[in-house]
Amino acid sequence: MANSAPLISLRGVTKVYGEGATQFQALKGVDLDIAAGDFVAVMGPSGSGKSTTMNILGCLDVPSAGTFLFQGHHVETLDRDQRALLRRRHLGFVFQGFNLLSRTTALENVELPLLYRGDEKRARRQAAMAALEKVGLDQWWDHTPAELSGGQQQRVAIARAIVTSPDVLLADEPTGNLDSERSIEIMELLTGLNRDSNITVLMVTHEPDMAAFARTVIHFKDGLVERIEAHHRPGETPERVEAN
Amino acid sequence: MLGTTFLLALRSIRRHILRSFLTILGIVIGVGAVVTMVTLGKATTAAVQSQIAALGTNILQIRPGQGFGRGGGGPRPPDFKPEDVAAIASQIAGVTAVAPQAQASATAIYEGANWSTTINGTTAAYFQVQPWPLVNGRQWTPQEEQAGKAVCIIGNTVRQNLFRGGEAVGERFRLGDVSCDVIGLLSTRGQAGFGGDQDDVVIMPIKTVQRRFTGNRDVRLMLVGVDQAYATSTVQASITQLLRERRNITDGREDDFNIFDTKQISDTLTGTTTALTRIVAAVAAISLVVGGIGIMNIMLVSVTERTREIGIRLAIGAVAREVLLQFLVEAVALSCLGGLIGLVLAQAVIAGLTPLLQVPWTFDPRINVIAFAISAVIGVVFGYFPARRAAALNPIDALRHE
Ligand SMILES: Nc1ncnc2c1ncn2[C@@H]1O[C@H](COP(=O)(O)OP(=O)(O)OP(=O)(O)O)[C@@H](O)[C@H]1O
Ligand SMILES: [Mg+2]
Repeated sequence: MANSAPLISLRGVTKVYGEGATQFQALKGVDLDIAAGDFVAVMGPSGSGKSTTMNILGCLDVPSAGTFLFQGHHVETLDRDQRALLRRRHLGFVFQGFNLLSRTTALENVELPLLYRGDEKRARRQAAMAALEKVGLDQWWDHTPAELSGGQQQRVAIARAIVTSPDVLLADEPTGNLDSERSIEIMELLTGLNRDSNITVLMVTHEPDMAAFARTVIHFKDGLVERIEAHHRPGETPERVEAN
Repeated sequence: MLGTTFLLALRSIRRHILRSFLTILGIVIGVGAVVTMVTLGKATTAAVQSQIAALGTNILQIRPGQGFGRGGGGPRPPDFKPEDVAAIASQIAGVTAVAPQAQASATAIYEGANWSTTINGTTAAYFQVQPWPLVNGRQWTPQEEQAGKAVCIIGNTVRQNLFRGGEAVGERFRLGDVSCDVIGLLSTRGQAGFGGDQDDVVIMPIKTVQRRFTGNRDVRLMLVGVDQAYATSTVQASITQLLRERRNITDGREDDFNIFDTKQISDTLTGTTTALTRIVAAVAAISLVVGGIGIMNIMLVSVTERTREIGIRLAIGAVAREVLLQFLVEAVALSCLGGLIGLVLAQAVIAGLTPLLQVPWTFDPRINVIAFAISAVIGVVFGYFPARRAAALNPIDALRHE
């Protein structure tokens, strides 16, 4: 897998926020390749540009300069709507703050991406229930976010992200709002999805314990990639967890 | 895609039922108030106009006394005489006919039924001055009028009560002490605002009434028909002049009779009710604006929540257009629903108030359409434009919105 053309490729990507005196360069020329099927953890100090990079990779934002290839196609030249369609077809998102629709059942939340894809009601229901089953919440399908714990909400969010069978799952600090036990459950879920459904997972985390689940760890510093660390024995539970 | 949009919009409305309710409440009240006020105002105007029209236009009514609410003390001025009627008819230019009226009341008896009614003695000119067709029977002949025959033309109310709705023409009944032949039946005029039931009347030749009921030659009221080509004010002035002479009113003293120009009254009253309608409608329109401000408040309060929602939808792959369409549909659906409820409410209030106000029930499609359109516009402006602003944000900023 490491030898095939990368799924994602960034070259000289910069990001400048603001204008004039308040201008701030968040990314200063990032080069990065991510192989399909990888499980990547992004680490680094606060303000080092992790979220900025994730937003660009997630096609939620555009780079100020540089190129971004996704499956060999240029993304930096796409317009708003084209990026939205790319997100719809290929990407799934999990946020630190869950970001579920309030007063909306778990099932309806998970269904939402399928609605925009135009699926029929039956197909929608089935796929959404299957996704909820994968995250172990099929029993809770008719609960609203207010009736679910943080860990459960994040699992619903993961179900929503994978219901369209995306190529990439992007998660910016998915365990940031959860206790360690709940965090490990989420990580095991992501590991399983990466392994069984062959979804490439990109995850930002501050916690080494969580990064230990990944196969590749990218360290950011001051808007640049500082170093990339590959864990051995890909696809297996990392050593560090065993060591703990 | 449109089906999905509708589904999403309806779901959103259902999920936020309180917010939706509060949003439409302003529109419901606003639309309801505007439609109710304007409709009732117009109905009042129409009622006044029809009452005036029932009196006939281009008619001068002449009565002894100084008119509404005046002429307090002193002896009552004398009634007119048949000679006054003849003088006006022959000496004033522009007068088409003069109908004298002598009035009495008596109880009518027919086969055990009795009914107390008003007797109106007049001449054939009465039917010339104002249109009041017969639905059955005939007019009295000049001979009958001249001879003071006991023939009568009755109103529908009398027929209902005395003849129990049966065929009355050709029947003979007792009116006070007089035995009376029904020769004609008047068409129904209905209730008048002033003067009560206009159909509760027995019309007879004036000579008959004077001789058999009032016992004098007095004329209580004159109806003067005015030629269309003449200004009623000019004719009115000439008649005033003539009557002052005939009644020996010296210069400097006030008239002891009054002349009503029905057209003038009609114009005045119509103008007044129209002005009132406008004022009331303006007040109601303010309530519609207040309703709009209410919607704006609710929308602004929910804008944080909604902006995040938009961010979520955009992030999971909705195109901005789809999100906007959803919000547009939602806003239009809500305000149209509010508008519809307001219209229905208005109809209910109107139906409840018209009998109380004694005005006819009317339906004015125009004001309904206008009020409804305004409600739709308010909904779109206050519901859609905040959403448009949010959808223009990039998803990150929308998600981060505090
Ligand atoms: N929309 C923005 N406008 C201006 N500056 C921004 C914006 N977003 C991020 N920045 C700045 O860019 C830099 C990188 O931000 P980024 O969010 O990528 O950091 P991060 O690595 O995710 O940090 P953290 O670990 O705290 O989440 C920070 O200094 C931040 O202040
Ligand atoms: Mg961050």
